[in-house]
Amino acid sequence: MRLVESRATLTITYVVLGIGLFTALFPIVLLVLNSLKSAQEIVQNPLALPQVIRFDNFARAWKDARFSTTFWNSAMLTALTIILVCSTGSAAAFVLARKKIKAWKVVTFYLLATTTAPIQLFLFPLYFGFAKLGLINNVFAVSLVYTAIYSPFAIMLLRTYFLAVPKEIEEAAIIDGASSWQVFTRVMLPIVSPGILTVALIIGLYSWNEFLIATTFLQRQDKLTAVVSFFLLSGQYSSDWGEIMAAALIIVLPIVVLFVFLQRRFIEGMAGGSVKG
Amino acid sequence: MWLYLVPTLAINVVIILIPALLTVALAFFQWDGISAPVFIGLGNFAALWSDGPFWTALQNNLIWTALFLTVPIGMGLLAASLLLVVPRRGSTLFQVVYFLPVIIATAITARVWQGMIYSPVTGVFGYLQKLGLPIVNPLSQTSTALFGVATVDLWHWWGFLCVIFFAALRQVPQEQIEAARIEGASFWQMMRYVLLPGIRPTIMLMMIMTVIWSFLVFDFVYILTQGGPAFSSEVLSTLAYRKAFYDLNVGQAAATALVISLFGLVATFFYIRIQSRESV
Repeated sequence: MRLVESRATLTITYVVLGIGLFTALFPIVLLVLNSLKSAQEIVQNPLALPQVIRFDNFARAWKDARFSTTFWNSAMLTALTIILVCSTGSAAAFVLARKKIKAWKVVTFYLLATTTAPIQLFLFPLYFGFAKLGLINNVFAVSLVYTAIYSPFAIMLLRTYFLAVPKEIEEAAIIDGASSWQVFTRVMLPIVSPGILTVALIIGLYSWNEFLIATTFLQRQDKLTAVVSFFLLSGQYSSDWGEIMAAALIIVLPIVVLFVFLQRRFIEGMAGGSVKG
Repeated sequence: MWLYLVPTLAINVVIILIPALLTVALAFFQWDGISAPVFIGLGNFAALWSDGPFWTALQNNLIWTALFLTVPIGMGLLAASLLLVVPRRGSTLFQVVYFLPVIIATAITARVWQGMIYSPVTGVFGYLQKLGLPIVNPLSQTSTALFGVATVDLWHWWGFLCVIFFAALRQVPQEQIEAARIEGASFWQMMRYVLLPGIRPTIMLMMIMTVIWSFLVFDFVYILTQGGPAFSSEVLSTLAYRKAFYDLNVGQAAATALVISLFGLVATFFYIRIQSRESV
């Protein structure tokens, strides 16, 4: 739907939307601009264009934030979380979309309740429990925590994809003698694969960016995630902000590129999992 | 059929349910995380009751909730409704840009604002100061620290609301809009009488989520001010974190967590009612 309006309204509209555009972009432009400048230039004027385009900040940031290790950790953590959420979540969504018995309502209710539970409600016993079991600094253990936190969202989103599959397709497969596992893996999963891709993207984004759990559970230097090592780098005293912004850009750039290409999937997924109005 | 649910439920119960129940129990114990817990009844709650920072934190959470129920929702609604006037390709571009802050890691957003905008040495604020403008780093003043942090979260957040509201607005039935148009409704009358009522469920849901999220806010406060200066920007979640991992007073941390959950619970009740009406 589109409303057609007078010239004056249209002008005001573009001015207001333009202010929004400027607001959203201003800090991002500062990030990019200053990643190309020396610390001295930044102190002089953070708004000025770089006198010479220089990329040495990036090399130093890569080394000081130990990105060769921490990027790998983040990638592992993100990949593990995506695999766990998509596999367990699609199985759960499959049955939750098909059965309409009272017990399923209870499960759905429970999962919805855990999406809104504050992390602090379970963080402290979980931390001391993990410490006792030697699971601190264990990437797999953290991916389990992410899976618990993110899978209700994933299940709610995947469920809508399963619901959209016509019942006849499933019934036909059953008549042909397929077991429910075969229906799930051979028939349903291929049909809902766009939904799984959407979920993978969003869960990947969340895991890549996550801070609270990562900083609590992964503390040893060789186990840090990229975001946490950025946080520690930027918290040091003799801060070189050119280097810090370069480190920030290294983490943000892959995400932004992915987002720009797949923006519809991102936006529809993030909106679809939390809103059904 | 239950087998399909076992992995999800097993992970969820071990990571969330059991530790959550333990937190409820721990709230009645004194525990440093190492030695044996000592039962002290309501001792932790009594200690919180007479704890100054606790009340500051609670008040800050309430201010935060009020702020986020109004400003970003207003901004989101305004921008979303204006996007309806713009041709399709333009609205997509605006949406993508508005959404960019949402996808940037909170730790990075926090540092960009801290170093490039607020900082008196390397930031825009410092530059304006040098030009003679009477402008100070809001994070360093007790009276403005909370708002300085909230501004960053606001920047990070409003684009999400705009995109959600825009998606909902586009689903308002065409007949209603045509009818209003035939009656000669202006843009603002259209908003007031057709579009806003049309997306009421979405606005309600976002307001409920805002209440829940406002009591969970952690990252920006922890990174930008650590709750300071002098606890002026402390919120309940950073207070609980500090009590557990810095003061090793896990019992009080658990009690604080219960207070957070209590506020969340009320909002969650409404959230589940709305969601399950839609999806179960």
